[in-house]
Formats: sequence, structure tokens, C-alpha cells
Amino acid sequence: MTDAIASFGAGGRPVSIHTDDAAKARLKGRYRAEAWFKWLGAGAVALAGFFLVLLLSTVVTQAIPALRLNYLTLPIDLSAAKVDPAKLDEVNYDSIAQEALAAKFPDVTRRQDKRLLRGLISTGTGVFLRKDIAADPGMLGGTVDYAVPLDDFADLYLKGLLADVGSDEAISTSVTPSGTSGDIDLTFGDNGMLALARGHGATEAENGMLTLTSGASSLLVVFNGGTVKLTALSPGANGTAIAKGTVIEALDSTAPAASGQASLRVIDTPEASRKISDKEIVWLDTLKSAGLIESRFNSIFFFTGASREPELAGVWGAVVGSFLTMIVTLAIAFPIGVSAAIYLEEFAPKNRLTTIIEVNINNLAAVPSIVFGLLGLAVFLNFFGLPRSAPVVGGMVLALMTLPIIIIASRASLRAVPPSIREAALGIGASKVQTVFHHVLPLAMPGIMTGTILGMAHALGETAPLLMIGMVAFIVDIPGGFTDPATILPVQIFMWADFPEAGFQQKTSAAILILLLFLVIMNAIAVILRRRFERRW
Amino acid sequence: MNIMTEASVEQKLSSGANEPSIKMKGEKVSVHYGEKRALFDVDLDVRENQVTALIGPSGCGKSTFLRCLNRMNDTIDIARVSGKITLDSEDIYDPKIDVVELRARVGMVFQKPNPFPKSIYENVAYGPRIHGLARGKAELDGIVESSLKKAGLFNEVKDRLLESGTGLSGGQQQRLCIARAIAVSPEVILMDEPCSALDPIATARVEELIDELRQNYTIVIVTHSMQQAARVSQRTAMFHLGYLVEEGATDKMFTNPDDKRTQDYITGRFG
Repeated sequence: MTDAIASFGAGGRPVSIHTDDAAKARLKGRYRAEAWFKWLGAGAVALAGFFLVLLLSTVVTQAIPALRLNYLTLPIDLSAAKVDPAKLDEVNYDSIAQEALAAKFPDVTRRQDKRLLRGLISTGTGVFLRKDIAADPGMLGGTVDYAVPLDDFADLYLKGLLADVGSDEAISTSVTPSGTSGDIDLTFGDNGMLALARGHGATEAENGMLTLTSGASSLLVVFNGGTVKLTALSPGANGTAIAKGTVIEALDSTAPAASGQASLRVIDTPEASRKISDKEIVWLDTLKSAGLIESRFNSIFFFTGASREPELAGVWGAVVGSFLTMIVTLAIAFPIGVSAAIYLEEFAPKNRLTTIIEVNINNLAAVPSIVFGLLGLAVFLNFFGLPRSAPVVGGMVLALMTLPIIIIASRASLRAVPPSIREAALGIGASKVQTVFHHVLPLAMPGIMTGTILGMAHALGETAPLLMIGMVAFIVDIPGGFTDPATILPVQIFMWADFPEAGFQQKTSAAILILLLFLVIMNAIAVILRRRFERRW
Repeated sequence: MNIMTEASVEQKLSSGANEPSIKMKGEKVSVHYGEKRALFDVDLDVRENQVTALIGPSGCGKSTFLRCLNRMNDTIDIARVSGKITLDSEDIYDPKIDVVELRARVGMVFQKPNPFPKSIYENVAYGPRIHGLARGKAELDGIVESSLKKAGLFNEVKDRLLESGTGLSGGQQQRLCIARAIAVSPEVILMDEPCSALDPIATARVEELIDELRQNYTIVIVTHSMQQAARVSQRTAMFHLGYLVEEGATDKMFTNPDDKRTQDYITGRFG
């Protein structure tokens, strides 16, 4: 009996090659490898997801400011004295709007300051005004409140993207000015202001004089209905502080402001390192607190063409260009690609020639897209003399690039149609062409459509080949046809990303968002087609 | 009763003899798949209004021979057929013969039910439509109904003719495929193991159907089931390794075969 027991393990189970300790160790090792693989896979997916979220959130947060634009409402004088109804095209609408703005700030008299003030509103104001008057002549004859778009820097400042606006606190001591305009002296009741200025980067001389240069934060004292920018501070008698300042907005009087009546505004970003001056900031703040500035949906961005002025630049021209180009691409690549796929898959004899063609189609799909651009340049533009920058040529180049993708996808889905369907049709006397067009092609269509849409989405995002055929040109007009000069979304993004103006940063992100939106829509259609029409045998 | 039935009855009468006339005739039929030879000089007659069963172990060439009869082997690039096959004394491999017309005359039912992923109606109506057999919708409806009736499927599907043919059960799908073949009014129907994917009950239905169809059509059936060959066929041909071993009346083949290989195969000693 003891012999028999010896061949049983601890659990009473017989010990064999699959249950001994070595086997258990092997099994454990297999599970360990499996667990490792699972964790690595999950990690890879998580990492990819993280980067995707990072990318999308960056683009979205950058793009959001571009969706709105600040408008300034001005009382614009359109009386007969300013605008002659018979000669609407000869009126300088820009200067009318600028006069309306200047009227808001009567004490701005210096030439440079006037120019700065004019720069607050967009240079496109006159164009908008003329267009609106042409559409609604009823505006003429009096003064109308008209909203004009702000210049890009003014707009960006109001969106908080141009300068870090620091604290805005009441001053807990009295302030006494020496005048109401120009360079004046301010006497503060205590010397707390000195420490504050030191904290904001004022340079200190040996005699205790603090100078606020353009490299330091701006300290603006707001009281008596005006604003004074501090330029220098020094300790005064009896623990007071004396400051030199420049009046930006005239004060009402030289009366001393009691403790708590004046307030100190700090613009943290030094004037030298921002694109907007203290004066402009003060004017804008005044206009905003008067309720004249309102943030509106940025229809200019969505419905106009390109412009050098960020506040006037829109994506519509590029969207239309992309659309026209895609139509040409689809019209060329889809019929040719599907026909080629049908011929190669269903009719062509399998010989050396068709094998070579097949291999080369696969190779073509891997050719860098810029090569197709060069081909387009050499053949379509130079040889055939087709128009430069035109959607028709762009579409042809992209069609060449998309063709192999469509052919490969179409062949794969034709091959996926079970041979039993072909046999069934042939078996009742359908001809080869009838078999293909009545049975095989309809069944392969969802796959072909999916491949085509993905190929088109690929083409929609393509930039390089279109640079070669001149679609990178700066085109303000919205293209009206296939031979008009046009640009397309990815190229527009490429150009905006290159522009130095800060306002284009947000435009770039917003345009990327629009491009992504189109791609998502196209992919969603592909998924829906696949789900809806996919058949199982 | 359709045109075909009358025609075949006429033919039957005109032949006049007790032995049915020869509908299709194969003489020295050989098939090569590339370098490999799959069929060696097969001589086999298919008699009118009879069921001819082709039996033999897997890979013996019976399906290859069947597919020669309506030139389905043409669809395989590497297949090469030599010898002579006639349909009503006409060489079907003659270059003058239109293969589309041939396949309309010699229909085929496949091993796996393969209805088109279309409605039941469309499945049956497709053949008559491409061959232009019906003038107008009413006539087409008539063909669809009579074909489905002949295939014994009409009562089961008459209320859902517009539903997909792929939604039917396996046995129903196979009968739909038979109806589809009948709808073109062929003279010969080739069946390549039509019951191999079906359960016994569906198989019984299809076998019954084959027996009924024999009245109007000439049938050639490939089967792996000895019982099926014995039940449905009048003549049986035994294939082995690409050769036709023996051919004769089914009764004789199953009771007193001449060749030892036939006997061994039928009794289950190999195959």
C-alpha cells in the first residue's frame, strides 16, 4: 500500500508530468508572461490616450478665444455732411469711424497718441461699414450706434492673452496730485508705495530714488476720474512718499483723494515685453467700463477669406478651397480607382504583367506625397499649362495620391466577397460583367466606400503636394470655381502658423479644430457605412 | 405547367424507346489543374429525365467532372479540359458555344447554400430577368411562384417573399437555390453535394424534391452518401483517383458491382 501512496501528491492527486513541481513552475511562468503582456498593452493604450487628450485639450484651449471677437460700439455720424448718399463709394468710412472714437477721448491731442487710439479699431472697419450701408441705406442721414471689430491686439488684451493684469486694490492712504494733466507729482500719505514699487521691479538709485522703467510692471493710480502712470518714487518728509507720474487720462481736479478713494492698478507684464501700451490698456478699460465693448461670436473667422490682419482673417476661403479640391479628387479617384480594382481583381489574367502592376500600385501608396506634388508641378502646370493654385490641379494631384489607396481598399473588399456568390450568379448563366456588377460590386461597396472616405480624409489633411503647385499663395478672395486661385485648410493652417502676429496663434488652433472636425465627420461616415451595410455570410 | 415541361415531354415521346435518350455525353474527358491531372479519360453518359449519381472518395474527380458539364471550370484559371462533352449531341466546348447560354441550359446547385443576399423574390427572379424570359411583372411573378412551388418552398415563404433569402434556414436556403436554378428553365440540373450542409430532415425534403424534379429535368448529383445515391438515383458512376471505375444502373451498382473497388467503397471498406 505504501508504494501506491508514494505516487500520489500532497492533495491526493496522482503526480504526473503535468502536475509535478516543474510543471507548476512552468504554468506560473506562463501566467506571469501573460500578465506582463496585458499590462504592457494596457500601458501602451493609456499612453496613447494620454497624448491624444493632451493634444486635443491643447488645441481646444488655444482655439476657444478665436471663436469670439470683441466689438466696440461707436456713435457714427452718417449725416449728409459726412456721407454723400450719391457717392457712397468715395467716402472714407475709416476716418468717420476713427473720428467717432476720437470723440470719446477729447483730451488725446498728441499725434502719436491719436495714431495709437486709431489703432484700437480694426483696419477693416471701413469695409464693413460700407458693406452694411450698401445693404441698409436706412442707416444714412444721422448718427447710428455701430459695432466695429477691435484690432487684434486690443482684442487679445481684452481676452487676457496679451498682458498679465495684476491686482487692482484701493490705496489705504491719501493721494494728492500737483496737476490734472501732463507730468505731475503725487504725494502719498505714507511710504507703503515705496515697498510696493520695489516689489514690482523698480530700479533703486543710491539716493533712494526708485525708477519704474519700461522693464518694470506698470503701476497705474486711478482717482479723481483719471489715471496716472507712476514713473519714479522717492521718500518724502514725515514718512510720506513722493511720486512722479504721467497722466494718461486727465484728472477732474487737484483735490487730494482720501484714503481708500484712489486705487492702484498693476499690470504685471512690463510694458517693454507686451504688444500693447499702458495708454491703450487704459483706453480699452475705460471703453469697457462704459459698456461699449461686447464680445460676440466671431462670424468673421468662419465666413471670410484670408487676411493679413488677424481680426479679419477667416477660414471660409480655405474651407471652400478644400471642398472644391475634394470634389475634383473624388470625381477622378473614385471611378478610376474602383474600375482599376474591378479590372485587376475580376477580369485581368494573372500573369507577370499584372503582378508587376499590382506590386507597383502597392509601392505607389508608399510614395512620399511631395513627390506627387512635384509630378503635378512638372506635368499639370508645366506641360499641360493648367492654372496655378487652382483646386482643379490640386484635386488632380491629390487624386493621384489617393488612387492607390482606393485601389487597394477596393480590391480587398472585392476579394472579401465570397466566391460562392460569384458561382451562384455564373451558375444560372449570368455573364462575367453581370456577375460583377449585379452581385459582387454591391456587396463590396461598403468596403469600397470606407476605403474611399479614408483615402479622402487622408487627402484632406495633405499639405506638401499642394505647396508644390502653388496653393500656398495668399488668397483673399473666396474661390468661386475650380480654376480660381484657392488655398486649402491644411495649407491655411501652415501659413497661419508661420505668421508672426500673436492673433494668428488662436486662429491656427481654431482652424486645426475645424480640420479635425471635418476628419472626424468623414471617419464617422465611414464607420456608419461599415456598420450599416456590412453583411455577414 | 411551363414551357420547359412540355418540351421535355415532347422529347421523351420522340425518343420512343424504353431506355431514356442520352442528354449529355462525355468522351475521354480529362482535366488538368496546372501540372496536376485530376481526371483521366472519363466516358460517361447522362440520360434524360434520370438522376445520375456520381460517387467516390474525396478528391476522386467527381466534382471536377460535374463542373465540366456546365463549364464552371472555366472560372478557374489553371484548369484545362480536354476530350469532348456534348449536350444534345452539341459539343459544349466548341468555341461557337456561348457559355452564358450553356449555363442557362445546364443549371447548378452548390454544396453550400449560396442565396444572393437579396430578397427571396429577387433570388428567384434574377435568372429569368437577365435571360429576358419574362415579359412584364406578372409573368415574372408567375415564374417566381411556379419555381418556388416546384422547389417545395412556396408555402413556407409566400408571406415573406421580400425578406432576405439569407434569413432562411439551411434547408430552405438550399431549396431556394434549387428554385433559383429551376427559374431559368434549364434542361439539366447539376447538384454538387446539395445536402452535405443540411440536417437529416432537410436532406429528406431535398431528396424528395430531386425525385419530383426528375420528371421534368435531367439531374446529375455528386454525393458522399451511399444511401442518398441509392435512394434518389437511377444510374450511378463510381470515380476513384480521377478514373471512372464503373458506371451502371443504381440497383446493379449497389447489389452486384463489377469492380471490387466499387464494392469496397459501397460497403465502407475504404473511402
